[in-house]
Amino acid sequence: MTTATAPKLIVSASPHVKSVDSTPKIMWHVVLSLVPVVAASAWFFGISALLVIVTASVAALITERAVGKGGTLADGSAMITGLLLGLTLPAGMPLWMVALGGAFAIAFGKAVWGGLGQNVFNPALVGRAFLQAAFPVAITTWPTVGGSFMELKGDLFALPFLHPVTNAITSATPLGLLKFEGKGTDLLPLVIGNTGGSVGETAALVILAGGVYLALRRYLNWRIPASILLTVVVFSGILHLVDAKKPDPLFMLFSGGLMLGAIYMATDMVTSPVTNKGKWVFGFGIGLLVVLIRVWGGLPEGVMYAILFMNALTPFINRATQPAVFGSATRLAK
Amino acid sequence: MPLAFDFRHGVHPPEEKELTRALPIRRMPYPDELVLPLRQHAGKPAKLRVKVGDYVERGDTLADADGFVSVPIHASAAGTVTAIEFWPHPDGSYAEAVRIKVDKFAAQVPRPRLVPEWAGLTTEQVVKAVQAAGVVGLGGAAFPTHVKLAPPKDHPVHTLIINGAECEPYLTSDHRTMAEYPDRVLFGIRVMMHAMGVARCVVGIEKNKPDAIAAMRGAVPKDLDVQILPLTVKYPQGAEKMLIQAVTGVEVPSGKLPVTVGVVVQNVGSVAAIAEVFETGLPLIERIVTVTGHGLLKPQNLIVPVGTKLRDLIAYCGGTTADAAEVILGGPMMGTAVANLDAPVVKGTTGVVVLRKAETRSETVYPCIHCGRCLDACPVFLNPSHLGDLARVGRYEEMAGSHLADCMLCGSCAYVCPSNIPLAQLFQLSKAALRRAQAVAQ
Repeated sequence: MTTATAPKLIVSASPHVKSVDSTPKIMWHVVLSLVPVVAASAWFFGISALLVIVTASVAALITERAVGKGGTLADGSAMITGLLLGLTLPAGMPLWMVALGGAFAIAFGKAVWGGLGQNVFNPALVGRAFLQAAFPVAITTWPTVGGSFMELKGDLFALPFLHPVTNAITSATPLGLLKFEGKGTDLLPLVIGNTGGSVGETAALVILAGGVYLALRRYLNWRIPASILLTVVVFSGILHLVDAKKPDPLFMLFSGGLMLGAIYMATDMVTSPVTNKGKWVFGFGIGLLVVLIRVWGGLPEGVMYAILFMNALTPFINRATQPAVFGSATRLAK
Repeated sequence: MPLAFDFRHGVHPPEEKELTRALPIRRMPYPDELVLPLRQHAGKPAKLRVKVGDYVERGDTLADADGFVSVPIHASAAGTVTAIEFWPHPDGSYAEAVRIKVDKFAAQVPRPRLVPEWAGLTTEQVVKAVQAAGVVGLGGAAFPTHVKLAPPKDHPVHTLIINGAECEPYLTSDHRTMAEYPDRVLFGIRVMMHAMGVARCVVGIEKNKPDAIAAMRGAVPKDLDVQILPLTVKYPQGAEKMLIQAVTGVEVPSGKLPVTVGVVVQNVGSVAAIAEVFETGLPLIERIVTVTGHGLLKPQNLIVPVGTKLRDLIAYCGGTTADAAEVILGGPMMGTAVANLDAPVVKGTTGVVVLRKAETRSETVYPCIHCGRCLDACPVFLNPSHLGDLARVGRYEEMAGSHLADCMLCGSCAYVCPSNIPLAQLFQLSKAALRRAQAVAQ
C-alpha cells in the first residue's frame, strides 16, 4: 500500500518506455571503436601520431567547453570530431596548427550552426579543410612510416607562425606516388597500413574492423560505406578495364583516406541523409567524386572534398527521397 | 508490396508478458465504492438518468446513449448513488461521474432480463441490443462497437478481422481471454458474422501466445469459416491498418476507413463482451484488466467491475514496491500515465502497468542527430525526424502537408529515438493545435 501514501507519481507522455540506445552511448561507442585505429597509428608513426591525435582532441574538447551550450562535452560528439581530425593529419604536423584545426572544427564546423545536430558539414572535415587551406605544405609533408617509437617525425613543437624546421625524412603517399611519379604500391602494405599518409588513414583493415563493429551494433548505417566502396570499386574497375594505366580498384579501395572517410566521416548521422534511399544516393555521389578527383583532378586525394560536397547536397537528397506514406496513392499504385 | 502475416518497420520493445501470461483470470471482489464517468467511450457522453439517493441493482442503466455514436453506462454493482460530481478521469481531466456506495449485503444478482435470441435477429436488432448493452472497443480506443456492426451500404464487407495481436508490452488480458474462453470468443464471432452478413473471419494472434492459438484453433466450429492466423511478434502489430495488411496484404488507403477495403476489425475483448450480451443478457459492466509491472507486488489478470478506483485495484494486487514511480493505464507504448489514483477503471482500460523509477523515461533530451532510426521504425512511413523539427518550432501547417494526419501516435519513433525526443507527444500536441486552428477558422 505504498502507493496510497506515495507523494509523487511520474506523469510522462507515451511511450513510457524507451530503447536502451542513447545519443551519448552511440557517440562513445564510436570513440571506443576508434581506439584500435589510434593504436595502429601509434604503431606505424610512433609518439608523433599520438601527439597529433591528442592535441586535436584536447583542442576540440576545450573549444566545445568554451563555446558549446552547457553540458555538451558528455555527449561525446566533440571527442569524435577531435579524434577524427587528428587521424586525418600527417604525423609531423606542428602541434599549434593541429590545435588551431581542432578549435576551428568545433567553433566553425559545429557551434556556429547551432551545435550538435544542426551543422551541414562534417566538423572534422571542416577543420581539415581549414588546415589544408591555411597550411598546404605542412599538411602534405608525409613522414616515413616506421622508425623508433619515441622519434619525433617533424617539427612538432614549432612555435606558431615560425617556419617549421623540416628535418625528418619524408615520403610520398601511395596516391601521391601514383599521381606525380606514376609509381604503384603493393596491395599488402596498403591493407596493413605501413605506407605514408595521415596517421589514422593507412591501416585499412583496422578501420574496416571498427566499421563492422559499429554496423553490427547498428551505430552506423552500413548503406553509406557499402555504397561508397561499391561505387569506387565498380567505377574505377571500369576505368581500369578500359585503360590499364588507370589505378586498379583494389588500390583505389585501400589507399588514401577512403576507408576512414567512408566508415567514419561519411556516416556522420548529422551530415548524411536521413532516409535509407538517400544514404545510397549519398554514398554513390561520394564514390563517384572520389574516383573523379583521384583520376582526373589536380589533387592526389579527394575523399575530403567528395564528402564535404555531398554534405552540402544532403538537404536536397533528403527532400528528394522522402518515404511514400502508408496507404498513399504512390504506394497503392505499386 | 503485400507481405503475408507481417507489416514493414515497427519496433521490438521487451515483451514483459511473462509476469502474467500464465496466470488464470480471477474475479476481483467488489470495492466499497464505484465511480462511473459518463464519458467512457469515443463519441458523445451518456445522458444521466439516475439521481442522488437512488438505489440501483447490478446492471441497471445509469445513463442513456446520447445519439447513435454513444452508449449507455450501467451500474457495475448494486448500491446507492451517493453523488454525481466531477471526478478524476483516467485521461487526466475531471469528468462528470456517478458515485455508487456498493451495498455490501446485496447478492449482486442482476434483475431478471430477456436474453435476446441472436439467430432470429436482424442486423438492426443486433446493433440495437449491442448498443443497449454499452459495448465499446475494449482494445483501448473505446469506440462504440455497434457502429462498426452496421457498415455503410456502399462498402460491402467480405472479411471480419478479430484483433488478438495484443502487441503492447505487459498486457495479457486478450491472451488469457482466448486461452481460457475460446468458445465465448467464437460465439461472439458467430453473432457478429450473422449480424453483418459476413462469410469469412480471420483471428490474428501474435506468435508469442501459442496456448491461445491452440485453444482458439481447437474451438473453431465446423460450420464457421474462421481462420486462426499466427502473426509476427512486432509492435504495433495490433494497430488496425497494420493488422489488415498482415492478414490481407492490402493497405488501407491513407485517410480512409478499413471498410473501404472490405474489412471490419474488432478486438477480442469486444467480441467476448458481445457474446456475454447474447449469453446472459448482461451489459458491459466489468472487463478483464491486466494489473502488472515490476513495480507491483502481485501482478494478475482480473475481472474488474467498471468504476473500480485504481487505488483499490492496486491495493488488491498487493500494493506497489518502494521504488514504484509511474502508473500507466493501458500498455506502456500508447497508454496514459495517471496522476491521481482515485481515477477509476473505465471500459477502455486494458491494463494497469506500474513502472519502477529505473524503468521510466529519462528527462534528458538531446538534439536530433538525424540518425534516421525513427524512419525505420514508423509503420506508416512518415519522417518523424522532420516532423519533430517542424513541431518544435510550431510549423503545424507544414506538418499537415507532411502527412501528420497519417500518424496514429503508436510511439515507435519516440521508442527508438536515441536523443529521447518525445516525438509522439509533439505530434499529439501538433494535431491538437491543428484541430484548434481549424475550429477557430470555422
